Amino acid sequence: MKNMNLCYLMWLRNIAALKITLLVRMAERDMAGQTLYDKLWAAHLVKERDDGTALLYIDRHLVHEVTSPQAFEGLRLAGRSPWRVTANLATPDHNVPTEAVERSGGVEAIADEVSRIQVRTLDENCNEFGITEFSINDVRQGIVHVVGPEQGATLPGMTVVCGDSHTATHGALGALAHGIGTSEVEHVLATQCLIQKKSKNMLVRVDGELGPGVTAKDVVLAIIGKIGTAGGTGYAIEFGGDVIRKLSMEGRMTICNMAIEGGARVGMVAVDDITLDYVNGRPFAPSAAEWDEAVKYWRTLHSDSDAVFDATVVLNGADILPQVTWGTSPEMVLPINGIVPSPTDYTDPAKRSGCERALEYMGLSAGQAITDIKLDRVFIGSCTNSRIEDLREAAAVVRGKKVAANVKEALVVPGSGLVKKQAEAEGLDKIFIEAGLLWREPGCSMCLAMNADKLGAGEHCASTSNRNFEGRQGFGGRTHLVSPAMAAAAAIAGHFVDVRDWI
Amino acid sequence: MKAFTVLDGIVAPMDRANVDTDMIIPKQFLKSIKRSGFGPNLFDELRYLDEGQPGKDCSKRPLNKDFPLNFPRYQGAEILLARENFGCGSSREHAPWALEDYGFSCVIAPSFADIFFNNCFKNGILPIILPAAKVAELFTAMYADEGYKLKIDLPAQTVITPAGESIPFEVDEFRKHCLVNGLDDIGLTLQDADDIRAYESKLMTKSPWLFREHIA
Repeated sequence: MKNMNLCYLMWLRNIAALKITLLVRMAERDMAGQTLYDKLWAAHLVKERDDGTALLYIDRHLVHEVTSPQAFEGLRLAGRSPWRVTANLATPDHNVPTEAVERSGGVEAIADEVSRIQVRTLDENCNEFGITEFSINDVRQGIVHVVGPEQGATLPGMTVVCGDSHTATHGALGALAHGIGTSEVEHVLATQCLIQKKSKNMLVRVDGELGPGVTAKDVVLAIIGKIGTAGGTGYAIEFGGDVIRKLSMEGRMTICNMAIEGGARVGMVAVDDITLDYVNGRPFAPSAAEWDEAVKYWRTLHSDSDAVFDATVVLNGADILPQVTWGTSPEMVLPINGIVPSPTDYTDPAKRSGCERALEYMGLSAGQAITDIKLDRVFIGSCTNSRIEDLREAAAVVRGKKVAANVKEALVVPGSGLVKKQAEAEGLDKIFIEAGLLWREPGCSMCLAMNADKLGAGEHCASTSNRNFEGRQGFGGRTHLVSPAMAAAAAIAGHFVDVRDWI
Repeated sequence: MKAFTVLDGIVAPMDRANVDTDMIIPKQFLKSIKRSGFGPNLFDELRYLDEGQPGKDCSKRPLNKDFPLNFPRYQGAEILLARENFGCGSSREHAPWALEDYGFSCVIAPSFADIFFNNCFKNGILPIILPAAKVAELFTAMYADEGYKLKIDLPAQTVITPAGESIPFEVDEFRKHCLVNGLDDIGLTLQDADDIRAYESKLMTKSPWLFREHIA
C-alpha cells in the first residue's frame, strides 16, 4: 500500500514535471523566435490601436532642407513646438553647392535662388525651434545619412526617421530606420511618434565569401536584380549571412541604403563586434558606464536562431560579379560580363515594353556588351557610396592613372566635411586630382541634381548613387549604377571594365 | 488644426461645375517652401488679369472686376457655394491650404472630388454635400440678398438659412469628431500624450543614453 502510494506520488510528480517542462518549452517558444525587426518594433511600441495601427516612438529624427519647411510651417500655424527637441538633428545636403568657390560664401552665396531659400529656411527653422544643425560650412555638415552614423547620432536599437527614402541606411547599425513624408515629419516633430502598421519579415542571406574586387554595392545591386524593385514591398528586410557579417559598417550602410530600391522601407543588419567598434567613441555615443549598459542591450539586437521570417532570399557571395545597371530601374542590372538584353527576351508584355523604353532612353542596343558602354561623366558620391572606405576603394583604382579623354568630368563628392578631412589627411584628394578627377565639397550633389551638378541630355554616367530613373541626374541623363571601384575604373578606361582585372 | 463647431458667415459663389485644383491654385505656386500664404493666389487665373508668379505682389496686380470674389459684397466670405465635382484634378494639398488661407472654412456643393474632399478635413475645412436642387436654391437666395449669410452648425449637422430653414447634411462621424475637436492626425496622437510620456519615462530608465543633450 505504502509502495503503491509512493508510486502514485512519483507518477503525479512525473506528470507535474512533464507539465512544467512542456509549459517552459511553450513559454520559450513564445519568447523566442523573434526577428531583429520584431524586437525593435516591440521595444518602441507606445500603444496599439483598435484599428490595427500602432503608435511607434521615434528616438532620432534627422532633418534636411527639402522635406522640412512645410512641416515647420505646420508647427507654427498650430502653435506647436517639438515634443523632444534634442531628438532632432539637422543638416542641409540636397541643395548645397559642391564647388569650393560658391560654397565658401555660405548660404547667401548659393547661386540658385530656390536652393538658397530652402537652405536658409532650414537655418531659420532650426534657430527658431532650437534644433541642433550642422550648417552649410560646419565641418560636421554632410549627407544626412552619412552624418548620423558618423556622429553616433544614430545608434543601435534606435528608431530613426527622416524625410528621405534612403533613411534605411541607419539600419546597418541594428536600428529600425525608414523614410517618411512631410506630413509625418511634422507628426514626429510634434509627437515624437509615428502612426504605423507593422511590416512582414524578410531575410536576405548572402552566404559564403565575395571574390576580390566585389563590394557591398555589387551585393545590393545583385539582390535588387534578384528580387526586383517591388520584391521587398511590405517587408522589413534583414540582411544576414557570412558575406554581410564580414562587411565593414560602411559596406553594411551601402546595402541597407538601397533597401528602398528593392521596395522595402526598412533594411537592417544585426549588431555584432563590427557595429560596436564603429559606434564606440563617436561624439553622440554613450560613454563610460552608460556605454557598458548600452552594449548589454545592443548585444540582444539580432534575430533569434529560431526566428521565423515570412520570406527568405539566399544568394551565394561567390556568384556575385561586379554589377552595372543598363536600364532606367535599379533592377535592370547585369554583371560586368553581361550583354544588354533584347525586349524579345521577355514574355511579360509590361517587362518587354519596359525594356524597349529603357533601351531607347539609354541609347543602347540589344546584344551590346556592358563593357562597350562609353562614358561621358563619372560620379563618385551620394548617401550610398561617399564614406571614407568608398573613397579609398576608388582612389586605389585611379592612383597613378589618368581619366580617359572622352570623360568630360569625373566628380568625387565626399559624404561629409569629416569624410573630406579624413580623405585629405590620407592624401586621397591628391590621388584623385592627379588622376584628373574633381575633388568637391560634401553634399548630395549629382545623385539627384538639385544643385548645379547635373548630366547633360544623352550623357552616360558611371555613378555610385542609388537611382537610375529617367532624368534623375539631369534632363535626358543616362545613369549606370556601379560600385566606387567600378566607377573609378570606368573613369580611367572611358568605358566599363571589369575592375577585377585591375587588382 | 482649428476646431469647427458653428460658423455664421458670408457666402460667396463659385458658380461653375468641375472647378479643378489647378484653378484653385495654379502649379507655379507649388514651389513654395510654405504651407501658408497661398490665399492671395487662390483662383489666381480667374481673379487677376495678368499672369501670377510666386513672389509677385498681388496687391499691385490688375483685378478681374467680373470675378465675384473681387466684388465688395463678398469680402470677408467664409463659406464658398459651388457646383458639381468641386476640387477635381490633382491631389495637391495646396488647394485646401489656399482656400483656408483666404478665409474659407466651409464649401457647399452638390458633389466633390474624392481626394480634395479628404484633404479638406485634414485642414479644418468642412465640405458639405447638399442636393443639387437645394444648392441651386441657395445660389438664387444668395444673389438676391447682399451680405447673405448661412449658419453652419456642425454638431447639429444643419445649414440654417436667414429665412430660418434648417437643412440637414451628412458627415462621417469620425471626421466630425476630428473637426469639432480641431484634431488632425497630430491632434489625435496628442490625445495619447500621457501614454507617450509614460513610454518615455520607462525608456529614460532603460536607455538613458538616448536622452543626453549634445551641444553643437
